[in-house]
Amino acid sequence: MMINNFFLLLRQELVITAIIFILLFIKLGKDKSNESLLHIINVLLFINLLIGFFPMMEGGLFNSMFATNKLVVLEKNILNFAFWIISLQSYSWLKTHKHVIEFYILLLSSLLGMFFLLSSDHLLMFYVGLEMSTIPLAAAANFDLTKRQSSEAALKLIISSAFSSSLLLLGISFLYGTTGTLILSDIGSHLSYNPLQIFAFILFISGFAFKISAVPFHLWTADVYEGAPIAVTAFLSVLSKSAVLFAFISILYKAFASLSSMWYLVLIVLSMATIVIGNLFALRQENMKRFLAFSSIAQVGFILIGISGSSHQGSSSLIYFILIYVFSNLAAFGVLSLVSALTGKESIQDFKGFYKNNPTLSWVLTIALFSLAGVPPTAGFFGKLFLLMAGAAKGNYWIIAIAALNMVISFYYYLRVVKAIFMDENDQPIEKLSIPIYPKIAMFICIAGIILTGFLTVVYDYINSLSISL
Amino acid sequence: MSESPLIPILIVSTALFFIGMFGLFTRRNMITMLMAIELMLNSVNINFVAFNKYLFPDKLNGLFFTLFIIAIAAAEAAVAIAIIINLYRSHTSIDVEDASEMKF
Repeated sequence: MMINNFFLLLRQELVITAIIFILLFIKLGKDKSNESLLHIINVLLFINLLIGFFPMMEGGLFNSMFATNKLVVLEKNILNFAFWIISLQSYSWLKTHKHVIEFYILLLSSLLGMFFLLSSDHLLMFYVGLEMSTIPLAAAANFDLTKRQSSEAALKLIISSAFSSSLLLLGISFLYGTTGTLILSDIGSHLSYNPLQIFAFILFISGFAFKISAVPFHLWTADVYEGAPIAVTAFLSVLSKSAVLFAFISILYKAFASLSSMWYLVLIVLSMATIVIGNLFALRQENMKRFLAFSSIAQVGFILIGISGSSHQGSSSLIYFILIYVFSNLAAFGVLSLVSALTGKESIQDFKGFYKNNPTLSWVLTIALFSLAGVPPTAGFFGKLFLLMAGAAKGNYWIIAIAALNMVISFYYYLRVVKAIFMDENDQPIEKLSIPIYPKIAMFICIAGIILTGFLTVVYDYINSLSISL
Repeated sequence: MSESPLIPILIVSTALFFIGMFGLFTRRNMITMLMAIELMLNSVNINFVAFNKYLFPDKLNGLFFTLFIIAIAAAEAAVAIAIIINLYRSHTSIDVEDASEMKF
């Protein structure tokens, strides 16, 4: 019985582990060409994605250190899906790279860490999962070994993540000292407004704010995103951010529920600062990756507003928004990674007159940016609408007003890129790029997702039926 | 067992944590910054062991947490040092001020 549970509950983790081992054995065997390797890997990742959709059991393992339920499975499926898309998109970059297998092993172990993070019901498992998801990423950020900016980015990532996790650990140690338990679902009943617990909570939340790059702690984000290879940037901005946000919401709603009147204020201050600063800095960026970094910081501000609603709708709108964010951000990164792999160009200036030779790619990028900005027909609008509605549930309408004003500001910088693509003249526009089949599939799925997720109410209803509340 | 030894231990560990933080913010040598982070993690270890021994001696939660922190800190240091070596190859320096091409 025990062993059956082990295989049933840990299924998604075991599949990832199996893929890592398969890749290791391929690495040990005789050399294969990069193209056949990438075919094998993409098929394996697709199988991994499909396996996640089979019905799963709910329950706990290892003395309730590891707990899984339908919501966690859904979150893991979103992450699996995003990883598969990133893998398809980085095809043109990896085709000529020397270390394909190492790249996948690093990112897969990071994904495995995220899975354990999402399933954790114990602070030890939580900490191990968090570190397991960030340490391989720092190595992956340095994947262009000879590029100066790449190693600078990796250094900034590892130092700031180590610093933030030591803040988090100090918080955990004080929580342990004041409550005597490390099990997340038990901590809640031991919490009161004891000063040491409040201090522990502040440390905890600053550790989290580092990982999701909320504003006073956002300084590493843009540098790391700019220096890292585009596939890793996409991974950082989509997967690691959404995994930490999922964990954040479950910890806030489960463990810190009794401090909710306090973290409401913290979240409001963080989200206002994040939206305003993220937007203002995004206005002046010239590099596309940096621009997307600041835009993703601003998106986190909106997400924090949704979380602060602390309602059932708060958590369901978060997951819904992240699903949309995966589609729209990955569509944008897909175009960028293609352009950067084939021409090496990354600045907004280079995208002037992009429409002339590459109409399809231009439309993909435009729809993605519209969805990120929240223009109505795309799903991004519905995502932001639900987040702001969840935030408005507490009755502080001035927050919603500031957020709406900032959406207007954000239109300026998103549309600036669209203007460069369609209207600006350029003597040497990017020549016609041939799109390999894998990135084509990925872009098609992303665009379909952007358009359909907003209209298919089943998606939101399904998420809503699984969500947790305070 | 009396609780009195806990307070001095906590004072030491908190002092150690903030010494580490001060070192991280003021030092410019990457290896020293890494050492400062290790100092912060070790102060957390002291916290865990002290809480476990004096407040909750019936379970070994805190001790096991400490073991995991030590192992993960070692892994983190290994990756960080590999990154620093690679950075030294391209920058020929391990001063953080030299690794500042990307700003704002």
